[in-house]
Amino acid sequence: MMLVLFAILLWLSGWWINTRLAEGPQANSRAVRLAVPLIFGLTVLAVWELLVRGLNVPLVILPAPSLIAVRFAQSTGLLWQDFMQTFVKGALSGYVLGCGAAFLTAILVDRSDFLRRGLLPVGNFVAALPIVGTAPILVMWFGFDWESKAAVVVVMVFFPMLVNTVAGLSETTQMQRDLMETYAASYWQGFFKLRLPAAMPFIFNGLKISTTLALIGAIVAEFFGSPTMGMGFRISTSVGQLALDMVWAEIVVAALAGTLFYGAVALLERVATFWHPSQRG
Amino acid sequence: MKSFLAVLTVVAAIMAVWYVACVPMNIHGVLVEAERGGADVVPATARERRDIGAVALVTRNGFAIPATWAQDRPRLPAPHQVAIELWDTTLNKKITSKRSLVYHGWVTLSATMLGFVIGTVLGILLAVGIVHSRVMDMSVMPWAIVSQTIPIIALAPMIIVVLYSVGVQGILPKAVISAYLSFFPVVVGMVKGLRSPDGMQLDLLRTYNASRTQGFWKLRLPSSIPYLFASLKIGIAASLVGAIVGELPTGAVAGLGARLLAGSYYGQTVQIWAALFAAAILAALLVGLLGLMERVVLRRMGVAS
Repeated sequence: MMLVLFAILLWLSGWWINTRLAEGPQANSRAVRLAVPLIFGLTVLAVWELLVRGLNVPLVILPAPSLIAVRFAQSTGLLWQDFMQTFVKGALSGYVLGCGAAFLTAILVDRSDFLRRGLLPVGNFVAALPIVGTAPILVMWFGFDWESKAAVVVVMVFFPMLVNTVAGLSETTQMQRDLMETYAASYWQGFFKLRLPAAMPFIFNGLKISTTLALIGAIVAEFFGSPTMGMGFRISTSVGQLALDMVWAEIVVAALAGTLFYGAVALLERVATFWHPSQRG
Repeated sequence: MKSFLAVLTVVAAIMAVWYVACVPMNIHGVLVEAERGGADVVPATARERRDIGAVALVTRNGFAIPATWAQDRPRLPAPHQVAIELWDTTLNKKITSKRSLVYHGWVTLSATMLGFVIGTVLGILLAVGIVHSRVMDMSVMPWAIVSQTIPIIALAPMIIVVLYSVGVQGILPKAVISAYLSFFPVVVGMVKGLRSPDGMQLDLLRTYNASRTQGFWKLRLPSSIPYLFASLKIGIAASLVGAIVGELPTGAVAGLGARLLAGSYYGQTVQIWAALFAAAILAALLVGLLGLMERVVLRRMGVAS
């Protein structure tokens, strides 16, 4: 009971500190803006730990963060192997292939008005569908190893990326295009000097959406069969063994990988579209 | 009209590619059956055929092409096979039957809807909190954005096991996953919407001496509705994915996800494709329904013409 009380106390004090910080005079400084979410996250972790210990929650239901951390530290080798299999081989290769193919298709669509009218509604439609469902089919075609996971990822990221890129390529105004024409610019000159830069914010939006989709696709595809490694495989087998600390360790890996992946793309975006209003300030 | 024609052409082209692709994809299986039936197959044994490309096999065994569109368990079923299976399992079966897609679809749909409603309500409440409390904004919002970047689906099997071990099973665990997936699009969209009134409009309300509550109900909430609908459309598609994925890891016996998994275990490709199309149709219907609601609501509000 003491621990539970302590948890409540800790929560209140964390909230109090955050309130003071957020409504204090320094609220807009960089340090405070970093500290507030950090304090919030740490309080959540600490409260979780205290509640689990205080209420004697069985490991099967919710392991304490410390147990997860111990499990994580103990099985870094295994986690690394799973990470390589699912993220690097499955998700990343599928991401590169899918986004690349979508980009090339988008140029084709951009060059032909007929394709734009025809393919875009279909693409919009497909982008909203539960494409993870193709996983069993693609696993059947490409086998259990990472190739089938990459294929699922390709299918999943293709349409969101296509739709975004096409929208971006039509972003320039008629006036700007006419100007390029008066300069006697060829299609490709106009493309590389005017329209591709203008499309960059949209392209990066598609790339950012695709990062999450890629990880989801690779993990879900492993539920339909995989070699004896990979994050999806480990999650489903560990759930079967009720080794929930292992499941949580994998989730931590997935969260870290997803966040870093997204962050890397966002960083690239900052470098590539430094001129865009949304990047200022 | 021109667009309609173009869409039709693209769809027709996809169909044509699909039919053509069936031939090399299924040729190996078809030739094995043809050989058993006593037909003359050009490389006579299955072992010899294994090393030959599928296209070469097709050119040498032209007689087998029609059979590639009518196989029992093809690697790639032809469109009409999928259509027939869909028709069969939706309209020709009793809806209470375990083989009816309406039954499985309903199981998934009910979890989707329950989760979507829970997720939307919680999302709107959190968004209201975030807009009105600076502390919540600063503490919760960054984590909400981070949580968008992690594959939430990874949580699905664990949520189901955890809820199962405390005695909750059936529709609720799946609904929780659905709710989780539709939650954050709603939060993000709603926060953006509630903040969309500009300073001028807020100042106008202040000159009217409106209270904070009045400002919320009369200005912030109405101006957030277009944003809300945009995120609801994303949210419901995500909900459906969540419900389907929620059916995978537990070996559930009913629902579209269970249908996919069973089909993949027993090699029933036509069944997988039919379940996939059922899910697609369901998603399209749900998004379409929300789009319709959006049009009606916005028109009554006088926002859209």
